[in-house]
Amino acid sequence: MLEIKNLHARIAEDGTEIIRGLNLTVKAGEVAAIMGPNGSGKSTLSYVLAGRDDYEVTEGDILYNGESILEMDPAERAASGIFLAFQYPMEIPGVATMEFLKVAMNAQRKARGEEPLKIPELLKRVKEAAGSLNMDIAMLKRPLNVGFSGGEKKRAEILQMKLLEPQLCVLDETDSGLDIDALKIVADGVNALRSPDRAIVVITHYQRLLEYIVPDSVHVLYRGQVIKSGDKSLALELEANGYAGVIDEAA
Amino acid sequence: MNMHAQQPQRTGAETALLEAYDSRLSVLPGDGAVTVKRDNALEVLKAGLPTKRIEAWHYTDLRRLLTAVPQHDASAVADKLGALLDGSAVLPVLNGVSSANLPSVDGVRFERLEDKLRDGSFAPALEVQGTDDAIGALNAAFVADGYFVDIEADAEIAAPIELQNIQAGGQTHSRFPVRVGDRAKVTIVERQTGEGAGLSTSISHLTLGEGAEVLWIIVQDQPDDSTYLGQFNAALGKDSKLTLFFMNAGGRLVRQEVRVGTAGEGSDFQLRGINLLAGDTHTDVTMVLDHTKPHTGSRELIRNVVTGKARGVFQGRINVHQIAQKTDAKMACNTLLLSDDGEFSTKPELEIFADDVQCGHGATVKEIDHDHLFYLKARGIDEKTARGLLVKAFLAEVIEELEVEPIVEALEARLDQWFATHG
Ligand SMILES: Nc1ncnc2c1ncn2[C@@H]1O[C@H](COP(=O)(O)OP(=O)(O)OP(=O)(O)O)[C@@H](O)[C@H]1O
Ligand SMILES: [Mg+2]
Repeated sequence: MLEIKNLHARIAEDGTEIIRGLNLTVKAGEVAAIMGPNGSGKSTLSYVLAGRDDYEVTEGDILYNGESILEMDPAERAASGIFLAFQYPMEIPGVATMEFLKVAMNAQRKARGEEPLKIPELLKRVKEAAGSLNMDIAMLKRPLNVGFSGGEKKRAEILQMKLLEPQLCVLDETDSGLDIDALKIVADGVNALRSPDRAIVVITHYQRLLEYIVPDSVHVLYRGQVIKSGDKSLALELEANGYAGVIDEAA
Repeated sequence: MNMHAQQPQRTGAETALLEAYDSRLSVLPGDGAVTVKRDNALEVLKAGLPTKRIEAWHYTDLRRLLTAVPQHDASAVADKLGALLDGSAVLPVLNGVSSANLPSVDGVRFERLEDKLRDGSFAPALEVQGTDDAIGALNAAFVADGYFVDIEADAEIAAPIELQNIQAGGQTHSRFPVRVGDRAKVTIVERQTGEGAGLSTSISHLTLGEGAEVLWIIVQDQPDDSTYLGQFNAALGKDSKLTLFFMNAGGRLVRQEVRVGTAGEGSDFQLRGINLLAGDTHTDVTMVLDHTKPHTGSRELIRNVVTGKARGVFQGRINVHQIAQKTDAKMACNTLLLSDDGEFSTKPELEIFADDVQCGHGATVKEIDHDHLFYLKARGIDEKTARGLLVKAFLAEVIEELEVEPIVEALEARLDQWFATHG
């Protein structure tokens, strides 16, 4: 489903290269975990996948369902089924969360040639999804993410993911900032989305999340490259020994 | 000596206005007293339209900017609009002419202004407010019609009253004096619009009695090739409260003046405004607010969206007179710039002669937040829609503060319309 080939990407503003020849393949139905030290380029990779124009791809390609997405803008990528749960969801004053959900869901439906959802149906879906994440529906009247606690913001990201039903989900440190109960709720939400025709990429620092969302593959990202891939035992090894061994091995 | 060397040559617009006066005077309504006022106003015009050297017109050099002066065209047709708010009593002035068919609303008396000009009773109100009052002078010289609205004391008028001033490409000049009795409450909507490259001036005078409460909403969406010069005057009685909301969403050359005096102790003035500026409009909002009595308050919040080559101006002058102790005045003007070629100039001025007051002002200019835009797009919302959401978010506060649901909805619908064509 996702094939990243020799990807090089740099910061558009100053030309600093962050992703330096990265290769990664994630198949439909797979849950892939990406781990790696702070500053290794995990979030940058997620932004490049989503099409953020602060970064420029200089070499390589990203294939999604066999086709390059490099020429697509972020809205087209999202409408085609790519979803990024942000490490730091943005606060957008003045845009009510509910209104935002309505516009986003209907924008994606429109792009796929579907009719807009009627308000009662939309409300029903939002209520159901919010309920399953233990979110207070009253919160959705507030401006998007404004004043939400760290955990509330992460839950709001998962709420959007559930409602938008993407094919490729990228979760950037969705576990950080969550209390233990919330972690379970969010993991359940993600597990519910596991399906043979959906791929999920979980970026995390902690083995704990991977106990709830058991990955099919684990990849270590370091200095803009995947330096090691393995199965879930790799995460346990990292938890026990840190990154030093893996980094030395790759050097 | 050559006289022309001393007096700058008249511009085409100035000449056209003086000629229009000669040809229109005989058909304009009014007795001798009215004609005296018209002639006085003409003297102000003869001195020339204000240039940027006149402080009040510094950002809007009317002499340079006013280029099109169409004739009044009696045969042109303007259509009455559907009311902004359901259930309103509508008073249309179509192509400068009021309707004989006056609505009937309990507690309110309506009169056609033409009648008050003819019988001379309106003559005293045709005073020009100083040499820089070009709009007052233009309007006093040419005013032909409008409505007088008189609201009884203690009347709570449930239905909004909508004053429509609709031009049809020619020159029109209207007035709307409104008197609100003690403790009366009313919502008044003023629509300034039309079709064609008209020149229209419109002046309203609002007097609030003791404890009266008025919400006045101006929606100006003239066509892109027209000139609109408006003036809103208000005198606030003791403990009265006025909220003035305006939305400018059209016109090539627009000036909306707001002149308010807190003549009564304990009165409160709230100004909320939105300027939606596109194309090559030049839109100027100039407010002069006098706090002349103790314990009065005011707050002004103006939000501007500027795109294309549009130019906007907000001049806000607050005079706190020496006896106006305990005045609480705050003014803010925030601009969202959507294009490189657009610009907005803000000039706040506080003149404070009392010592025990709280006054402040702030102005900001920003662009659409790039990260916010990315977040919305990352959810599948296309660029145009995402920008629209963010622009509305920027403006929402000003509208939502009006708190009356049908009014908020009607104004948001106007925003959507503007954004659909200019976003
Ligand atoms: N827009 C930017 N401007 C400047 N530096 C940037 C920018 N984006 C990324 N970087 C730098 O690129 C490197 C990789 O950042 P990135 O956020 O991708 O790391 P990460 O692997 O997600 O780290 P963490 O685990 O701390 O979240 C860091 O050194 C970061 O400072
Ligand atoms: Mg990160």
